[in-house]
Amino acid sequence: MLTMLRALAARIRAVFRRDATDRDFSAELESHLTMLADDKMRGGMSAEQAQRHARLKVGGVTQLHEAHRDVRGLPLVETLLRDLRYAARTLRRDAALTTFAILIIGVGVGASATVFGVVNALWLRPLPFVNPARLVWVANGPSENLSRQAVQVGHVVDLREQSQSLADLAGFSPFYGAGDIRLTGTGEPERVTGVPVTQDFFPLLGIRPWLGRNFTAEECLWGAPRTAILSYGFWQRRLGARAELIGGVITLDGALTTVVGVLPPSFDFSGTFSPGRPADLFLPFPLSPENNRRGNTLALIGRLKPGIDLTTAAIETATTVDRFSGTAPEVEPGRRRNPFLPNLSPLQERISGRFHGALAVVAASVGFLMLLVCANISNLLLARASARHKELALRMALGAGRGRLVRQMLVESLALSCSGAALGLALAFGGTSLIAHFDGASIPLLQDVRVDGLVTLFIVSVTVLTGVGCGVLPALRAAGALPQDALKNASRGVTGGGGWLRRALVVSEIVLVCVLLTGAGLLTRSLIRVLDVDPGFTPENLISLRVDPSRQEHPTLETRNAYFDTVLQHVRSVPGVEAVGLTDALPLGDNFGWRGWTVSAKDRASTNPLVRMIDEHYFSAMRIAMKAGRGFTSDDHPSSERVVVINEALARALWPDEDSLGRILRASGRDYRVVGVVNDVRYFALERDTGQEMYMLLSQTGDYQTVDLVVRSAVPPARLIPGIRAALKRADPALPAVEFRTMEQLVDRSVLTRRLIVLLLAGFASFGLILAALGLYAVISYSVSQRTREIGVRMALGAAPRTMQGQILTQTMTLAAIGLAIGLPAAWIAAKAIQGLLFGVVSWDPVTFGGVAAVVAIVAGLAGYVPARRASRVDPVLALRSE
Amino acid sequence: MAEPRSDILQGTLDLMVLKTLENMGPLHGYGLAVRIEQLSENALKVNQGTIYLCLVRLVQKGWITATWGTSDNNRKAKFYALSKAGRKQLKAETENWERIAGVIGHVLRPLTGR
Repeated sequence: MLTMLRALAARIRAVFRRDATDRDFSAELESHLTMLADDKMRGGMSAEQAQRHARLKVGGVTQLHEAHRDVRGLPLVETLLRDLRYAARTLRRDAALTTFAILIIGVGVGASATVFGVVNALWLRPLPFVNPARLVWVANGPSENLSRQAVQVGHVVDLREQSQSLADLAGFSPFYGAGDIRLTGTGEPERVTGVPVTQDFFPLLGIRPWLGRNFTAEECLWGAPRTAILSYGFWQRRLGARAELIGGVITLDGALTTVVGVLPPSFDFSGTFSPGRPADLFLPFPLSPENNRRGNTLALIGRLKPGIDLTTAAIETATTVDRFSGTAPEVEPGRRRNPFLPNLSPLQERISGRFHGALAVVAASVGFLMLLVCANISNLLLARASARHKELALRMALGAGRGRLVRQMLVESLALSCSGAALGLALAFGGTSLIAHFDGASIPLLQDVRVDGLVTLFIVSVTVLTGVGCGVLPALRAAGALPQDALKNASRGVTGGGGWLRRALVVSEIVLVCVLLTGAGLLTRSLIRVLDVDPGFTPENLISLRVDPSRQEHPTLETRNAYFDTVLQHVRSVPGVEAVGLTDALPLGDNFGWRGWTVSAKDRASTNPLVRMIDEHYFSAMRIAMKAGRGFTSDDHPSSERVVVINEALARALWPDEDSLGRILRASGRDYRVVGVVNDVRYFALERDTGQEMYMLLSQTGDYQTVDLVVRSAVPPARLIPGIRAALKRADPALPAVEFRTMEQLVDRSVLTRRLIVLLLAGFASFGLILAALGLYAVISYSVSQRTREIGVRMALGAAPRTMQGQILTQTMTLAAIGLAIGLPAAWIAAKAIQGLLFGVVSWDPVTFGGVAAVVAIVAGLAGYVPARRASRVDPVLALRSE
Repeated sequence: MAEPRSDILQGTLDLMVLKTLENMGPLHGYGLAVRIEQLSENALKVNQGTIYLCLVRLVQKGWITATWGTSDNNRKAKFYALSKAGRKQLKAETENWERIAGVIGHVLRPLTGR
């Protein structure tokens, strides 16, 4: 072992001291020859004869040197180094080609590594919890909407006790609003966001507090002294990261709250469970009868018992729930528990599953792009291999083995791909950190996007694949070259043997570009269609801000109504304000109306519309169109008849063939008269129907969590902000400063994900188009330069320059046509695969496909035009003489 | 180019060099080549130069050392000498060789007897 190490060290030393060792060996051989010759002369030979004999006896000096080097050094490494040096020299000589190749490989690798980083974070990497594969999301029914999946406390308590398949069950209440809680006492008052969680929530996920401890059972009782656990970010940002705060108090909504713990920095509740909505602190959510009465309140997560799979757990849970649901006690006298239809799915799927489709599309496009890059580089290297034909043939004639040449070509392309990958790695670092700090998108886990081990491994594999993939064709071509042919006559052969190969590569580039362009085109058209959707209100010149009063200072409905009157009065008096309204659920906002009330009417099946609480000016401020009847007026007040306004979808559902105005509907045990019907409003997303909705008066119910003020102005709303701020300060000096948001911002944010995908795909497609155009140009212009002599002969025989030009153009367009003939059907198949992401366009959209064909044809025409012109200007005399 | 040789032959040459150095003391490459030719009664018909491929390997393994010196005839020459590790290696190799030779001899005897 030691001997082997010593020998290895000696070999490495020998590689570096090559020249000195060579000299030493020369001297040694020389002395050997001299001594041998001396002996021969002593035996009676002449000096000349002796020397000749000595040389014969010792053997060929050059061969001995070569063998000596192999024995003492590291022959493999040395050849590799020599190949690398040679490759570097060749690549430097073709500086333009090398730069271009490195750039496009860099962009390709950077883009694909960044996309892979996102795929890794959202899809491959397990959630940052203990044994995350065993965590399941327990939804209520099949709805996609988080708030519709919530479960009533009574069910949770029973299921926890009786479940045979779930080791534990915990949850959080999703009905918290961003900035629901007012933090006072330390510095400026601020709106903070608190997430109510059950006692077992953190232990279930395997999250240990960074400081302090989890909630105790006593702290999770109804009416227990207030406690909170802080998120790491909030503790750092707002509370100065003071450790002595544990056990101390902060003031939340005017009440003293003991801080019992701080969560670790690695735990990002918001990014995982509720992207786009902050989570500053966590409050205990008691599993008590009081909360049971509040209806469906908990989003549930369970942990599978060891050895139980998801299917078994789903069946067992359904059976168990069925059993106890029948005998469960009434929530209140006369009121039974809400239905619970357990629907189990892996937690990871629930969190990022709905993005997998879009991710797959982006990943596939970037994959196509990388293939395009490879085809392009391969093409360039093939072109260069043709140009180097003579050099390679010469080397072969001088004794270089075929294997050696193949290796040389592969080393060159690998050197190219490695240099490109270095650039790509830098781009990937930039790209992932850009995405990780990308704010406001409702995509989970984005903050975890980074260049980690797996991404690095991905880059390495892509680099090797690219290097080998691009190098293999030129290498085999080089190996196939017959020295005698190449040396005989360089100008022979019209387009050279590799011509068909290069044309095939260009055709495949066009096919790939077709697919990319079609995808980008269809999604762009979808985005335009989405932006064209009428949201049901007019977002221009409209801003909103939170104004809900603290329940401590305004405990009753009357005082709250009075508070709103003051606020509205003050804001309305600001110059430039046209209309002011109130709502508890902004369209496309954070708290987009989670309450589904059960509503019934005489002789009608009951239904579950979403409920919004508004004031009488909301419709006019939002410009939501009345379809029938009237909106609320100042004559509707707490002591007058209870009235509702419904949207068209609800009117259709309850009274499909009759007029709904004046009818009575029953909700939450009370009767309401329908006084008006309004236009449907897109609350969740522009491309999604909201369904049935019902509007109630804030002043008549008082049942709301958060309230937003909406201000319609005649001028761009940003100019009004200082005035409105001052008016609010006059109305309520204790109102925390909050940000104003224009409704246009909310609309933009709702299409952000879609816009992001379109931007990415459009970028990939344009890059791909440029690559394909360059590839086409390179092939055509190479074939023109190869045919210069032939063209010269033809022109000398009377062919018109126009004819030559036309021929070259035809050649180009034939390639483009073949590419389109394969590419468009391929694109059609790809379009069917992304159907789920399309909106308002069909997957065979003629405009997109026609556009793609036109773009490819135009670009091909341009790429062919330049070489065609050159062909038409060939001077027959010069062309023939140049041989 | 290196002549393709079997491992056994290579190992044999190593052993012969080590043994010769043990018997004769420090020698230069030429001296070694001549001595080995004599010992093997010209059974090993190789280029004398090949001995240096063997020598450089043994030096790298640390079994022999090399120093420039002057020959009997006052020529400059590189002298090789057995090192301590080389002596140990020679002993091990000799024992190994004898054991193998014994076994092979044992196996071959009945065949020749028949």
